[in-house]
Amino acid sequence: MNKIEAKNVDFYYGDFHALKGINITIPNNEVVAFIGPSGCGKSTFLRLFNRMNDLIPGTRLTGEILIDGRDIYAPSVNVDILRKNVGMVFQRPNPFPKSIFENVAYGLRVNGIKDKDFIAERVETALKGAALWNEVKDKLKASAYDLSGGQQQRLCIARAMAVEPSVLLMDEPASALDPISTAKIEELICELSEQTTVVIVTHSMQQAARVSNKTAFFYMGEMVEYGETKKIFTSPDKEATQNYITGRFG
Amino acid sequence: MKKLIDRIARYILTVSGFTTSAVILLIIGFLFKEAVGLFDNPIVDDGYVLALNERNEVEELTAQQIKNIFDEEITNWQEVGGDDMPITVFRLEDLDKYYTEEELGSEYEYAGDKIAEQICGNPGIIAFVPEVLIEGQDGINFIEDKDISVKEVLLGDEWFPTATPSPIFGILPLIGGTLWVSFFAILIALPFGLAISIYLAEVADERTRKFLKPVIELLNGIPSVVYGFFGLAVIVPFLQQTFNLPVGESGLAGSLVLAIMALPTIITVGEDAMRSCPRNMREASLALGATRWQTIYKVVIPFSISGITSGIVLGIGRAIGETMAVLMVTGNAAVIPTSILEPLRTIPATIAAELGEAPAGGAHYQSLFLLGVILFFITLLINSCVEIVSSRNKLKK
Repeated sequence: MNKIEAKNVDFYYGDFHALKGINITIPNNEVVAFIGPSGCGKSTFLRLFNRMNDLIPGTRLTGEILIDGRDIYAPSVNVDILRKNVGMVFQRPNPFPKSIFENVAYGLRVNGIKDKDFIAERVETALKGAALWNEVKDKLKASAYDLSGGQQQRLCIARAMAVEPSVLLMDEPASALDPISTAKIEELICELSEQTTVVIVTHSMQQAARVSNKTAFFYMGEMVEYGETKKIFTSPDKEATQNYITGRFG
Repeated sequence: MKKLIDRIARYILTVSGFTTSAVILLIIGFLFKEAVGLFDNPIVDDGYVLALNERNEVEELTAQQIKNIFDEEITNWQEVGGDDMPITVFRLEDLDKYYTEEELGSEYEYAGDKIAEQICGNPGIIAFVPEVLIEGQDGINFIEDKDISVKEVLLGDEWFPTATPSPIFGILPLIGGTLWVSFFAILIALPFGLAISIYLAEVADERTRKFLKPVIELLNGIPSVVYGFFGLAVIVPFLQQTFNLPVGESGLAGSLVLAIMALPTIITVGEDAMRSCPRNMREASLALGATRWQTIYKVVIPFSISGITSGIVLGIGRAIGETMAVLMVTGNAAVIPTSILEPLRTIPATIAAELGEAPAGGAHYQSLFLLGVILFFITLLINSCVEIVSSRNKLKK
């Protein structure tokens, strides 16, 4: 079953044609990596899945993006509910200026959940899921800013997972982290894929190779190649892909 | 050559830094010196004495008692610790009532004798007369002339700096007036200021913002006398009609004018703080399914709370220090305010209104410096609050 389906997606920032005729299908509970040089449109494409680009004035989209078979850009779609279902982890850790507990509980609270026991339970599950529980269980009331960068990013993953999204978008989640934190995050991604579909944008090809089942290579706003990760990294069909993964450009 | 320029530049910077700091410190020192000098002044004006009949055993009177006696609010010596007899107030001018010009002499040369005669002949008298006139006369008691007491100034609830024979410098009504007006000004300005800054930072589209923000900043540049004029011409009559007041000049008029004046500060500082909330923080909130409004009050406002508080406190600072507009619309009655609809008087307005009529170096003049020092401490306190709030939030981030 396909979780996400994009059909003939074209996207413009004002006059700039950022994405050109992209078609992709992402199966359920898989990890899909988007790779490509800076400015190739992979992050832009990722941000279409939870309509984050709506916040940028002067953008325009043609084509269709379906999640669970429903067009998420249809006028009847409630963006807040869509975003609850499609979680996102950003490039830089961006915890709220609140306590660790409140950071994770935030998504539940804004979605109208008031049951304290339920929230506490969900927070614990999410923190355990993000492999952070043991490190923070004694200081849940401490400010999220007291955590290290890697811990903050795992907190952000816990925050996103607390509302149990069926898709998790990750925009270069480890690019601001040290190697040990990165390893932890990557481990986490593999575990998360049991519950949700993960789409991850990354600059590190090793990372894509380690965590993903499928990989898409973007270049100059086009999706050059999409397929099994193993195949992309060992015997890509296109020359551009070959050049990129062997480090000849980008 | 380069090194030389470098050294000269450093030298110039050091010197200018030092001189500026020194000048500021000197100004503060001068303020303090003049202010403290107030407490070296005698209660009764220099060169004058309060003389009593020798049978009267009262030796001390406070400034307040003296004033009440001469206002004829105290009419019996019993009330100030003396014998039971009525008080007769005698001023130098009263001489003419009792004696003809011939009796006093063409140069007033017999005036001293005549005053002594009056004092001796009237057991309940209190005479306020120049010291030189009755020097060496017999049968006269003098009220001991103390210095103005710190307690009576700081805790006094009456401000009559020009009362004779003894001016009253109770500063409570002025401090009360200042705080009262500022408090209501902030109470009025806060909801509007916050609403507008949230609107500008989060709701308004780019075009509206680009138009509105400079307009609001422009309000900051309008001279305060213009605001005062506006208050006098519009707000004062409006209040008088709405609340059916005998006079429209009131604390509320001052608060309204001050609120308008504090708004631009609150708005611009608050809006800047909210816009400095990183985009990814907002996005994180929205990405969790929060609505725009939830994002504003659960993430943006908590994040920028230190900036917003600084804006508010700066606004308060402006309100407390504001002189001209307040002077024009508050009615300047130096009484402890009980209602915001009554006239009242603030510290800065008092200084501005009275410095011109206070003889330089006198007690009145020095009391105005004392007011300046108190104002200085109030604003110092407020500025420290800003520092504390913003440094506390810096640690948090």
